[in-house]
Amino acid sequence: MAACGGPGNPRAAAGPSTVLAYIIRRLFAVVVMLLVITLVTFGIFFLIPKWVGVDPATYFIGKQADPASLEGIRKKMGLDDPILVQFGKFLWGLVAGRDYANGTDVTHCSAPCFGYSFRNEQAIWPVLTDRLPVTMQLAAGACVIWVVVGVGTGVVSALKRGSALDRTLMTVALAGVSLPIYFTGMIALAVVVYGLGWIDGQYVPFGESASGWFGGMLLPWVTLAFLYAAMYARMTRATMLEIMGEDYIRTARAKGLREPVVIGKHAMRSTMTPVLTILGMDLGALVGGAILTETTFSLPGIGQAAVKAISDKDFPLILGVTLIAAVAVVVANLLVDLLYAVVDPRVRLS
Amino acid sequence: MTDLPIQKSGTGADSAPNEPVAGKAKPTAFLEVRDLKVHFPTDDGLVKSVDGLSFQLEKGKTLGIVGESGSGKSVTSLAIMGLHRAGQYGRSKARMSGEIWLEGRELISADPDEVRRLRGKDVAMIFQDPLSAMHPYFTVGAQIVEAYRVHHDVSKAVARKRAIEMLDRVGIPQPDKRVDDYPHQFSGGMRQRAMIAMALSNNPDLLIADEPTTALDVTVQAQILDLIRDLQKEFGSAVIIITHDLGVVAELADDILVMYGGRCVERGPADKVFYEPQHPYTWGLLGSMPRLDRERTERLNPVKGSPPSLINVPSGCAFHPRCPYAELTGGASTTVVPELSEVGSRHHAACHLSAADRERIWTEEIAPKL
Ligand SMILES: Nc1ncnc2c1ncn2[C@@H]1O[C@H](COP(=O)(O)OP(=O)(O)OP(=O)(O)O)[C@@H](O)[C@H]1O
Ligand code: SF4
Ligand SMILES: [Mg+2]
Repeated sequence: MAACGGPGNPRAAAGPSTVLAYIIRRLFAVVVMLLVITLVTFGIFFLIPKWVGVDPATYFIGKQADPASLEGIRKKMGLDDPILVQFGKFLWGLVAGRDYANGTDVTHCSAPCFGYSFRNEQAIWPVLTDRLPVTMQLAAGACVIWVVVGVGTGVVSALKRGSALDRTLMTVALAGVSLPIYFTGMIALAVVVYGLGWIDGQYVPFGESASGWFGGMLLPWVTLAFLYAAMYARMTRATMLEIMGEDYIRTARAKGLREPVVIGKHAMRSTMTPVLTILGMDLGALVGGAILTETTFSLPGIGQAAVKAISDKDFPLILGVTLIAAVAVVVANLLVDLLYAVVDPRVRLS
Repeated sequence: MTDLPIQKSGTGADSAPNEPVAGKAKPTAFLEVRDLKVHFPTDDGLVKSVDGLSFQLEKGKTLGIVGESGSGKSVTSLAIMGLHRAGQYGRSKARMSGEIWLEGRELISADPDEVRRLRGKDVAMIFQDPLSAMHPYFTVGAQIVEAYRVHHDVSKAVARKRAIEMLDRVGIPQPDKRVDDYPHQFSGGMRQRAMIAMALSNNPDLLIADEPTTALDVTVQAQILDLIRDLQKEFGSAVIIITHDLGVVAELADDILVMYGGRCVERGPADKVFYEPQHPYTWGLLGSMPRLDRERTERLNPVKGSPPSLINVPSGCAFHPRCPYAELTGGASTTVVPELSEVGSRHHAACHLSAADRERIWTEEIAPKL
C-alpha cells in the first residue's frame, strides 16, 4: 500500500499491492506445478519398466550388459529404492548435487543435478545448458516473427475485409495452418539453401559469427513462425472484425478521433488481449514445433537432444529434457499471465 | 388538461418542425434534416432504415424522437453524427441521401474529415449502454481526456483538470479519485454520468442522447434525465433525446417526433403530441405507456402486431397491417403513402383519416381508456 503513495480511492490504491499478491500467488502455483510435473514424469519412468517387465538398469548401460554390471548400476542409481526415496534423492540432487556411489565407485554430479547419463558418461545439466540457448534463440526469434507478421496480416486483412488482398492473405494463412513444419521446412531448405544457394544452412553460434548465426537461424525461424503466423493471422482477423463492431469503437469515432487512432489505439488494445492468451498456450506447444524444426535443420537444441535421447533410450536425458521443457512452458505461461494482468485492468483489479 | 408538467426552456424563435423548404437553400434553423434516407444493401435486400425524414431543431431546444425498436431512431442519430460513413466493419455500407444542415453546413455532401472534426465538438452523443460504450481497458479519465484533446490543443494535465471538473459537474463523488477508475469500477448510473461528462466536455451545440436510460435502474433513470435537463439549461445546447417512452419526452422535450418504419408519422409541440395526438400509432404508444398521473382503469395496451419489414415495406401506410382504423379510409391506407399534413398549429401527422374521424376516435375510444 505504501508504494502507491498518499491516500486515495481505496479501490484504485489497491492496484499495485493487488498485482504483487497476484504475482506471489502465481509463483507459488508455479512451484507446486513443477513439483507435480517432476513427480509425474519421474513416476512414469519408474513405473513403465515394471509394466513392460524390463530391468530399469538396462536403460542406463544397455541390454547386453552382464548381470554384474547391471547389479552395479542398480546399486549406484538406487534403483531398488521405493519411488519416493528415489524422488527425494533426485530433488535433493537438483538443489545440492549428488554422488552416485557403489562402494568405491563414485560418480559426482554437481548441482543442479538433473541426472547422469551413464551411456555418455556425462551429467545431464551441461547437455541441457549447452542446447537450451539454441532452442531459446529459435523460439524467441520465431515468436517475434510470428506475432509481428501474424497480427499485422490479421489486422490488414480485417480492415480490407472481402478485398482481393484479404482473400490472398487468408488463402496463404490457410495453407500455413494446414502444412506440416517438416514439409514447409524441407521446401525452404531445398529452395533457399540447396537450390539458390543464398545462405549456408549450417548452425553457427552467435559468438563465432553473427551473420553466420543469422543465416543459419533464418530458415528455422521462418519455418517455425510460418505455422503460427498463419494461425495468428486468422485469429487476429476474426478478433479484429468482432472488436470493430463494438460500441466503444463507435464511441471512439463519435469523439472525432481519426480512423488510424481508432484502429491503432482502441481496437488494437483489445485485440492484444486474446493474442496474449493464445501466446501463453502456444509457447508451451512450441516444444513440439521446436523438435521438428531442430531435426529438419540439424540445430543442436533441446528438441534434437530429445529425439536422440529417445532413440538411444537414454533415460536420464529424456527425464532432463522433459523437465526443462516443463519449466520452460510454465515460466512462459507465467510471464504471459503477468503481462495479461498488466494489459487487462479487469484481471488485475478483480 | 395539462396535468403533467411540460418543461419549456424559453420561447425563442419558432422551432416548429415545419415542412422542409424544397431545394438546397440554406436553412435558418440550427439543425435541419431534409428528406433523409439511409438505406443498407444486405443479402436479403435493401433495408430502408430511414426513408424520407425531415425535421428542424433550434438551439437550446429539445427534440424527443420516439418509436418502437427498429423504427430507425439510432440510424438517424448516427447519420447526423456522420458515423455511417466512418465505415462499420462487418456491416454493409449505408446509402444516404437528403440533407443534414447544421449551422449552415450541409453534412451529407461534406468532406468526411470535416465532419469528423465536428464530431465530438459541435455534435456529441451518448449511447444506450454506457458499459459497452466505454473502452474497458482505459480509465474513465483517460477516455474523457482523449475526447477533450481531440479538439483542444492542451496538455494532458490541463485536460485532466477538465475531466475532473466535468465529472464533478455530472455528480460523480470524489471526482479527483474516481477519474483514475476503470469503467467496470463504476456503477451503471455513474457510467452514464461519465459518458455525459465526456460528451459535454467540448461544450457541443447539439447533444444526441440515444436511449440514455434504457440500460439503467428506474430510480437512476430519473436522475440521469434530470441531469440532462439541468445541463442543457446550463450549456444551452440543443438536445435530441431518443426513447421508446413517450412519457419521458413529454416531460423533457419541446417537440416530439414519432417514427414508424423509418418515417415520421407525427410531429409537433410536445404537449400537442402528448395530449392531442392525431396518429393511430401515437395512440397505440400512449396506450402502452404506464401513467403515474392517473389511476389505471384498464390493462396496458401495447401496439399489437410486429414492426414492419424495412425491406418489403407494407404498401400505402406502413402501419396499415396493425392499424384498427385502416378500413375507415376507403382503401387509401393500403394503396397511398400518407404524407405529413398540418393537423394543428406546428402539428403534423401522416394519416388518411379525416379530421372528423380522428376527433371522434380520440375523444370516444382512446382518451377515455388512458
Ligand atoms: N448497418 C446496417 N446494416 C443493415 N441494417 C441496419 C444497419 N443498421 C441498422 N440497420 C437496421 O435498420 C433498422 C433501424 O435500426 P435502428 O437501430 O435505427 O432502430 P432503433 O429505432 O434505434 O431501435 P431500438 O429502439 O431498438 O434502438 C433496424 O431494422 C436495423 O436492423
Ligand atoms: S393511414 Fe390508415 S393505416 Fe395508416 S394510420 Fe392512418 S388510418 Fe391507420
Ligand atoms: Mg436504437
